[in-house]
Amino acid sequence: MTKVTLTVNGRSLSGEAEGRTLLSSFLREELGLTGTHVGCDTSQCGACVVHVDGLAVKSCTVLAQDVDGASVTTIEGMANADGSLATIQQAFQDHHGLQCGFCTPGMVMSAAALLKDNPKPTEAEVRHHLEGNICRCTGYHNIVKAVMAASGQDVSGVGIAAE
Amino acid sequence: MPKDGGIGASTKRREDLRFLTGNGRYTDDLNLRGQLHAYFLRSQVAHGRIDKIDTADAAAMPGVVRIFTAKDFEAVGGIPCGWQVTDKHGQPMQEPKHPVLAEGKVRHVGDPIAVVVAESAEQARDASEAIVVDITELPAAVDMKAALAADAPKVHDDLTSNLCYDWGFVEENKAAVDEAFANAAHVTTLELVNQRLVANPMEPRVAVGDYDPWNDQSTLYTTSQNPHVIRLLMGAFVLGIPEHKLRVVAPDVGGGFGSKIFHYAEEAFCTFAARQLKKPVKWTSSRSEAFLSDAQGRDHVTKMQLALDADNNFTAIRTETYANMGAYLSTFAPSVPTWLHGTLMAGNYKTPLIYVNVKAVFTNTVPVDAYRGAGRPEATYQLERIVDKAARELGVDPIALRRQNFIQPDQFPYATPVAVEYDTGNYDATMDKMLEVADYAGFAARAEESKKRGKLRGFGIAHYIEACGIAPSNLVGQLGARAGLYESATVRVNATGSISVFTGSHSHGQGHETTFAQVVADMIGIDAGQVEINHGDTSNTPMGMGTYGSRSLAVGGSALVKATNKIINKAKKIAAHLLEAAEADIELKDGKFSVAGTDKAVDWAGVTLAAYVPHNYPLESMEPGLEETAFYDPSNFTYPAGAYGCELEVDPETGKVEILAFTAADDFGNVVNPMIVEGQVHGGLAQGIGQALMENCVYDADGQLVSGSFMDYAMPRADDVPNYKVDHSCNTPCTHNPLGVKGCGEAGAIGSPPAVINGVIDALQRGGYSHVTHIDMPASPSRVWAAMNGK
Repeated sequence: MTKVTLTVNGRSLSGEAEGRTLLSSFLREELGLTGTHVGCDTSQCGACVVHVDGLAVKSCTVLAQDVDGASVTTIEGMANADGSLATIQQAFQDHHGLQCGFCTPGMVMSAAALLKDNPKPTEAEVRHHLEGNICRCTGYHNIVKAVMAASGQDVSGVGIAAE
Repeated sequence: MPKDGGIGASTKRREDLRFLTGNGRYTDDLNLRGQLHAYFLRSQVAHGRIDKIDTADAAAMPGVVRIFTAKDFEAVGGIPCGWQVTDKHGQPMQEPKHPVLAEGKVRHVGDPIAVVVAESAEQARDASEAIVVDITELPAAVDMKAALAADAPKVHDDLTSNLCYDWGFVEENKAAVDEAFANAAHVTTLELVNQRLVANPMEPRVAVGDYDPWNDQSTLYTTSQNPHVIRLLMGAFVLGIPEHKLRVVAPDVGGGFGSKIFHYAEEAFCTFAARQLKKPVKWTSSRSEAFLSDAQGRDHVTKMQLALDADNNFTAIRTETYANMGAYLSTFAPSVPTWLHGTLMAGNYKTPLIYVNVKAVFTNTVPVDAYRGAGRPEATYQLERIVDKAARELGVDPIALRRQNFIQPDQFPYATPVAVEYDTGNYDATMDKMLEVADYAGFAARAEESKKRGKLRGFGIAHYIEACGIAPSNLVGQLGARAGLYESATVRVNATGSISVFTGSHSHGQGHETTFAQVVADMIGIDAGQVEINHGDTSNTPMGMGTYGSRSLAVGGSALVKATNKIINKAKKIAAHLLEAAEADIELKDGKFSVAGTDKAVDWAGVTLAAYVPHNYPLESMEPGLEETAFYDPSNFTYPAGAYGCELEVDPETGKVEILAFTAADDFGNVVNPMIVEGQVHGGLAQGIGQALMENCVYDADGQLVSGSFMDYAMPRADDVPNYKVDHSCNTPCTHNPLGVKGCGEAGAIGSPPAVINGVIDALQRGGYSHVTHIDMPASPSRVWAAMNGK
């Protein structure tokens, strides 16, 4: 066991990690931040995406000891300081971009990373970027719509039968 | 416009706030004080005799508390099956024992052999590697038809063969059906495979067992779609714990799609081990484990025939299906290829004679059970593929052939030859709407444009019907169900007027907390924010059957309406007393009770307060309080239907199919929350498109699972699917439930696979590949290319 210290959502937090402990397990089991989810064991599903030093990573592909000292943002740290939903979170609610909610933390973190690099993505760019995040409920339609809307683009006609 | 929060409004979901901020409470998020961790050692071979299990070295490993094998479960029952099918000779199906841990033999890759319970999950897993299991591998039964050969290896030595049942429906009609085929002007034949799928909700299964010696109470936290069903099956049939000593909680559940209906060995194990060890025991499935232990879906091999007369009217249907049960009977497995499949074989059509034969087969594979649609996608796929094929053989328009044979609006209620009675529908209307929204009129021009780019464009059509809200209980009992199929609701009005609802229905993504609150708020005329929906805990909700089969609103919502009406009736009596008026003169509108024709009124909170502070109250004739429970048992299924259109391009160089547009025009009856209904359709479409083009659960000849992870099993991703155009404006409300709703959860997954495959065949036929009349799902690039090139 080795002590690992991270700055998580702006707070310095420490815990014990074995050499094999994944960042996803460390966040969930050691730090009690269960918003980050684990949906597979082959780094395919993306439910565990967090930001490490500003980059979106699948936290199941990272060993906790390897990121000792890093700054990590998880879904728990995404809301505004006053507790209201951040723009990307609000867009997911407004456009029904989630159903069971299990893939949602990873989707939101992945989408937030996209919008940081590409503030006005096309639909194709959104779909391509989210390739590493699997959702089984929504069929992606409303997730894509939410991400486009969060970027300030008009999505009023997307997928509406009467368009 | 409906009022926000009322019936018909696209009210935003309240549950999203916790899910979007990391505050969801899924089963794996629970960690109980002193909790131990279980790791299941699973069979690596499909079929074998267990000669020896040596746990001595493993038991000495760090942190190990105890190792369990089958001998620890000698006094415990097997995992029960919830549906008994009677075969065509009137005999019950063959029903083998399904032990919690393998007894003497392993019967599929993933069959659990031993469980290590240790202080940490890592220690349990490490120790499992030190368990020595000697297994003599036996030949495996994998292919269904081969498994029925006289010399096939037997999955269960104590059964006469691998045949679970041979079912005929309707057996008495068989001779008439054969005669109709003999007299037919044209017979179309189609052999097809509805491949095995894996449900793959994004949350893997989890079970946490707990035992409290204080009151001798066991609690199971589990990822279930129906906690009361688990309590009944596990308590009564496996562990012998009476209901009042057993609580089952399904907190936030991350998707189910059927796979979380069933009672699983891991649930029984964790509950049992917690009682033995007097400590909480937790098991969290990995995704790899989910591929080996979650019940899988579909897996039918069918030969179907359609008979037509000289005027192209359908005269008879005859099918022969082999349905894979896997190694054991999962909870509702026997019902899927029979009562959920044969009864839908009329589809939207007037076909007068139908005979469905189903042979259910045991194989050395993971058990198969209901997956989104469950039997109805298999029926729809057969029908909508063969109608298309018949149209091509006859040289007629597939839309016109469908229309000619549709049941007409003035024929409802319509009794089909396969034992169900459709209440309402208008199939031409949904077909018209779909063609309009999809701009079918412009298709020919778009196909020309594709041709210029070297692509083959096609338009595939399917028109489905499904039976939802399975019912009524006395009928399903006759058909072999070992459960009732009602739903319950308790409406507890609090003194200040807020309302706590307790439903036996269960959300694992459907949004009950929002929509059920809309129903109650609308009926009383109060703000939806005053209504809280509680579900998923057997200790505080009335006995309920949970959520599957698109039943939540049609059955659970109906129970809620019944209970709320009881509340309103009592509240009117209280209001009449307060207003010194006759009860018959009291009107409820916008949360206010008034005396008709006067300005005398009392608001909702005034009545609820009087119910709990009964100072001015008719105590001599009425109890205080305002709380009612209702159970609702439906008188019939509901019958959603709709037209789906899939426009796609095939790249002739690679065989790759790209879906360009997908249009769904559904008749769901009345709609409570259009936003949620559309979301349900989107998700179903993606699953159906996934089946049509990508997903395939594959076993090799030895029974090894080849597609055992997301690296091998192709889940649809964001850039594999299009935007969807969905319409639900053609609605013929259900005539036999109070909300007039039909259910929308499975439609997308039912109607879309045939629409996609019909589109692929259409593209190839238009492109000159006239020899390609069928491609089995998934229509992967290699399969399409091989079909085009005669490989």
